[in-house]
Amino acid sequence: MIDLMGYGAFFLSTALIFGLITLGLNLQWGLTGLFNVGISGFVAIGAYTSAILTSPDAVDRVGGFDMPIALGWLAAMVVTALAAALTGFATLRLKADYLAITTFGVAVVVQLVALNAQGLTGGPFGVAFIPRPFAGVQDQAVLFNFLNLGVIAAVTLAVYLALEHVSRSPWGRVLRALREDERAAISLGKSARSYRIQAFAAGGAVMGLAGAVQAHFIGFIAPNSYLPTLTFQVWAMLMVGGSGSNRGALLGAVVVWSIWVGAGAFSAAVIPGDWQARAASLQIVAIGVMLCLILLWRPQGFFSARRRG
Amino acid sequence: MAVLEARNVSKHFGGVTAVDQMSFAVAPGEILGLIGPNGAGKTTMFDLLAGSVAPSSGEIHLMGQNVTKSAAHKRLSGGMGRTFQIPRPFPELSLVDNMLLARQGQSGERLWINFASPRRVAVEERAAREKALGLLDLVALRRLADDPARVLSGGQRKLLELARVMMADPKVVLLDEPAAGVNPTLLEVLIDRIREINATGVTFVLIEHNIDMVTRLCHRILVMASGGMLCQGAPQDVARDPRVIEAYLGGVPA
Repeated sequence: MIDLMGYGAFFLSTALIFGLITLGLNLQWGLTGLFNVGISGFVAIGAYTSAILTSPDAVDRVGGFDMPIALGWLAAMVVTALAAALTGFATLRLKADYLAITTFGVAVVVQLVALNAQGLTGGPFGVAFIPRPFAGVQDQAVLFNFLNLGVIAAVTLAVYLALEHVSRSPWGRVLRALREDERAAISLGKSARSYRIQAFAAGGAVMGLAGAVQAHFIGFIAPNSYLPTLTFQVWAMLMVGGSGSNRGALLGAVVVWSIWVGAGAFSAAVIPGDWQARAASLQIVAIGVMLCLILLWRPQGFFSARRRG
Repeated sequence: MAVLEARNVSKHFGGVTAVDQMSFAVAPGEILGLIGPNGAGKTTMFDLLAGSVAPSSGEIHLMGQNVTKSAAHKRLSGGMGRTFQIPRPFPELSLVDNMLLARQGQSGERLWINFASPRRVAVEERAAREKALGLLDLVALRRLADDPARVLSGGQRKLLELARVMMADPKVVLLDEPAAGVNPTLLEVLIDRIREINATGVTFVLIEHNIDMVTRLCHRILVMASGGMLCQGAPQDVARDPRVIEAYLGGVPA
């Protein structure tokens, strides 16, 4: 029973971290209509920034800054926002699928840098000994898991409330206008370029924060945590939850993560040992099937962002 | 002083000259009609004035300022608004939100101010909303204020665009075919509103094919053909000009 509760807290923590990333995507896609397929890259930038700044000295890479966790998270947001703004600036003239291809490329580059710039990122070995919140009670697994869940839930709630506030603000209204008709928005005095970059940066900051939170939750990061599968999962979460809705983003993250974990547990239990490695792909299949069902029966997701009428 | 002026403006698209050495000035308080056969370059001329297309040569002056090189989104705060030939409301946004988007200088459109001083944003929003509802009332759309703009008919969209651009308190408004696709009843509403707004000192430049509307509304008419200026003058004179008749009927001997 105690084990189950501990696992529940761990599961929910992971789901909420995905929820954070999905909230960032909802700002970019749901509100502004920016087709960002480079999510894993921005999450990685946040994770590495915070990890490098807060971890103790390591032999073969820069480090030993030993900064407080909160400072690491803040830095993760700033650095990722800058990287995202730069991406937004470089892709100002690109729309829809062209923007998607380019952002995908950015994510691949980030992952390759993480893998190869050993002096900065630790290369394939990643960054270890990332300080975990409440490390003092780490031997009491259940308490430790619940305290961490509390921190992650508080961060998620704060981000959710902030995003709700801005999406109802005049700023959010401009983003929605750009999503619907960029030329009309320009005729009404809005600088499409400036708002696009802002939406990239703000969404990127949230993704970077999520990356940092996750890095400290696990205590260890490596380049293969930031493969395109992550981007695919987050997109599925937003589609299932309902693009344009912050509540939908969070719910979609929990639902899709449940299916992901459930499919993994199911294949582990049912499929014989020597087939296990191949069966791992069934998780992606399960998410794909889920997406198809949602698109067939409820294409707007659980929460519709559309107004009445 | 002219509120809006084109000086020797030309626009080439590859080998095609869409607008050829156009020069004209719009006087304060005037309603100027821009007519001409299809392909004469009227809409390109509008895009040049509005800044969404850059001229190949020549200059555009707005309220005495040379705005030739300034970005399109700065025109409205500079005093000039426009509507589109095919109306461009934001379909999923409510009518009120459509209106509020046109308000200039809203501090809440800067992200950080929403956190730094939410009260200031709320106060501004209330005032802007009040104004928006008043303008929607004027074009008989107030009862739909909270509905998404996609429910509007073509004619109502034209009215919404007119009301929307008025949110910015412009000095000059460019109207691209305001009468196209508008039913006769709504058209009367539209003409009345343009007259009323004009009476408050707002200048209009409009492209229109509905000659009846043009002659009733405009103080002066400018006729374009093949990118250039054919002639200009009072509505009655222009309508009788043999060059205009020939341009419209395509070279039939008068």
